[in-house]
Amino acid sequence: MTTVVTDNCRGCRFTDCVAVCPVECFHYDDEMLYIDPEVCIDCSACIPECPVQAIFEEDDLPEDKRNWVKINAEKAPELPACSESMEPLPGAEARKAELGF
Amino acid sequence: MAQVGTEHNPLYVAIVGSGPSGFYAAEALIRSERTVKIDLFERLPVPFGLVRSGVAPDHPKLKQAIQVYEKIAEAPQFNFIGNVSIGRDISVEELARHYHAVIFTCGAESDRKLGIPGENLAGSHTATEFVGWYNGHPDYRDRHFDLSHETAVIIGQGNVAADVGRILSKTVDELRHTDIAGHALEVLAESKIRRIYIVGRRGPAQAKFTSKELKEFGELSVCGAVVEPAELQLNDASRIELEDKTNAGSRKVFELLSEFATSTSRDKQRQCHFTFLKSPVELQGRSRVEKIIFEKNRLQGEPFNQSAVGIGETFELEAGLLFRSIGYRGKSLTGLPFDDKRGVFPNRDGHITDTQGQLLPQFYTAGWIKRGPTGIIGTNRADSVATVECLLQDLARLDSSETKQGAAAVYVILNSKKVRPISFSDWKKIDNEEISRGQPLGKPREKITSIQECLRIVEKSG
Ligand SMILES: Cc1cc2nc3c(=O)[nH]c(=O)nc-3n(C[C@H](O)[C@H](O)[C@H](O)COP(=O)(O)OP(=O)(O)OC[C@H]3O[C@@H](n4cnc5c(N)ncnc54)[C@H](O)[C@@H]3O)c2cc1C
Ligand SMILES: NC(=O)c1ccc[n+]([C@@H]2O[C@H](COP(=O)([O-])OP(=O)(O)OC[C@H]3O[C@@H](n4cnc5c(N)ncnc54)[C@H](OP(=O)(O)O)[C@@H]3O)[C@@H](O)[C@H]2O)c1
Ligand code: SF4
Ligand code: SF4
Repeated sequence: MTTVVTDNCRGCRFTDCVAVCPVECFHYDDEMLYIDPEVCIDCSACIPECPVQAIFEEDDLPEDKRNWVKINAEKAPELPACSESMEPLPGAEARKAELGF
Repeated sequence: MAQVGTEHNPLYVAIVGSGPSGFYAAEALIRSERTVKIDLFERLPVPFGLVRSGVAPDHPKLKQAIQVYEKIAEAPQFNFIGNVSIGRDISVEELARHYHAVIFTCGAESDRKLGIPGENLAGSHTATEFVGWYNGHPDYRDRHFDLSHETAVIIGQGNVAADVGRILSKTVDELRHTDIAGHALEVLAESKIRRIYIVGRRGPAQAKFTSKELKEFGELSVCGAVVEPAELQLNDASRIELEDKTNAGSRKVFELLSEFATSTSRDKQRQCHFTFLKSPVELQGRSRVEKIIFEKNRLQGEPFNQSAVGIGETFELEAGLLFRSIGYRGKSLTGLPFDDKRGVFPNRDGHITDTQGQLLPQFYTAGWIKRGPTGIIGTNRADSVATVECLLQDLARLDSSETKQGAAAVYVILNSKKVRPISFSDWKKIDNEEISRGQPLGKPREKITSIQECLRIVEKSG
């Protein structure tokens, strides 16, 4: 079991999730965030914080998002860690509205 | 004199309580651009607060948060002073004298009361005591729990109630290889409990469990989860609550309860029943709890703001054991104002105020004693960061001419009172001893539950 960020985070990167992560396992690129499954303790603190419901426990992933388990595991360790909240990407609010939140 | 928080005039901060909020406050200070000297006080000889003594023994992954705290403890600005109780060994006034600022992160160590007749009968306990006991907290090691009855009742439907219910539902084989206290394992091995009732005063849409915790009840080896289908009927307001897009958590909880209602797990040796809309009104029994009288409730109010009101009908359960798990509660501390209603230190954004709302210089707070007893480990990180931001903004107002001595002054006081402070490297000795005692038992550690024994271990190894 692990916890994964999915494509809803893309282009938005609100980092509300990062502020409550007890172990700093979020990593980021220009587009979005990824969780390092080796470090994540599956506490679920980040899940309700995400304003666009991008984060799932592995068991709760919709079928069409299962590929994100692998993407998180591969990307996270190679990217810089995100330990404090960052500015959302430009256009984040619009993207949030577009996703219906 | 240089500004406080610079190389020639470091900012001395005392933090009181070594749970998550204490460590995250230390981390935020270390990461700031200021020159800081941090002393983290803990009343026990062992650190980590409820991560050690609250988080359930069968949830070891969550305890990996401790690795983060160990890293923080390595920072040169950080110093641990364990076995020192603020208010008893060192006063709040003394901290104010020797530090520029004090952050109180002492958690919520007491509990809420039901306030009903019979609450103090033998066999009626708090979840706080039971959790402390099975997790080897020194304050609770000598408690006795009589598990020779067949029925146990837990009042409250939060994650703590789930922890208590799960520990009672598991076999000792399911717990043997965890860091559960040895004394608890012995008593649980003799448990006769077959029926557990986890009782909510509101309905299934308002249960406070998180789905991950509830789900475990469907996966236990000898215990089945039971819900009466009729109890899952919802009123309109609850239906609106569950349909709300932002309420995915409660929706998942409700789905799980619905699964329990249709499952066939009733043939298992033990059953854990989830029942709703009932408030205990009296505990009856001659010398100990024998029967619990509930009043049935209905919900009243707007969606997300519904409360339980009694409908005058009663419901009875014969049970020999009751745990109230209706929330922890903060304790007051001599020298600080206390909001008795909420059980917290009154504060504005983490800056402690008097009861009239006037800011008190030097005093800050974070974690459960700031917000009240809710939120998980990570919640305290954002909270401590906010408090430290508030503290750093106030720095300009500090008197930079007054020099502080921090730990040097504190050690003198402790020495005069014959209190032996525990450093972080002392704790590592206790830690190693616990790990090696656990090894032959196949446990990650066997906790040392006596403060005297902790001190002996530290002394022995010099
Ligand atoms: C039973 C239980 C299980 C939990 N399980 C989980 C879980 O699985 N996952 C999760 O994410 N969260 C869990 N939580 C929540 C989590 O433990 C809390 O959010 C967190 O511990 C609160 O942190 P804190 O630092 O405010 O308080 P605490 O962790 O309570 O730390 C307070 C510390 O202050 C010390 N102290 C108190 N008074 C003084 C004094 N006068 N002088 C010096 N030191 C003092 C105490 O000894 C203690 O070490 C659980 C909570 C409970 C009660
Ligand atoms: N695994 C985990 O992640 C984990 C484990 C343990 C604890 N925690 C966290 O620690 C925090 C504390 O947990 P908790 O379980 O102590 O608190 P909680 O989640 O606030 O639950 C308290 C429960 O007690 C009930 N209650 C309160 N007063 C009552 C009364 N007078 N009569 C009957 N019922 C009453 C509440 O019902 P109402 O809703 O009607 O008020 C609620 O069901 C929570 O944030 C929890 O998530 C997390
Ligand atoms: S809160 Fe959600 S959208 Fe924002 S960074 Fe985290 S996962 Fe991405
Ligand atoms: S589940 Fe917990 S540990 Fe994992 S990423 Fe989310 S907040 Fe961090």
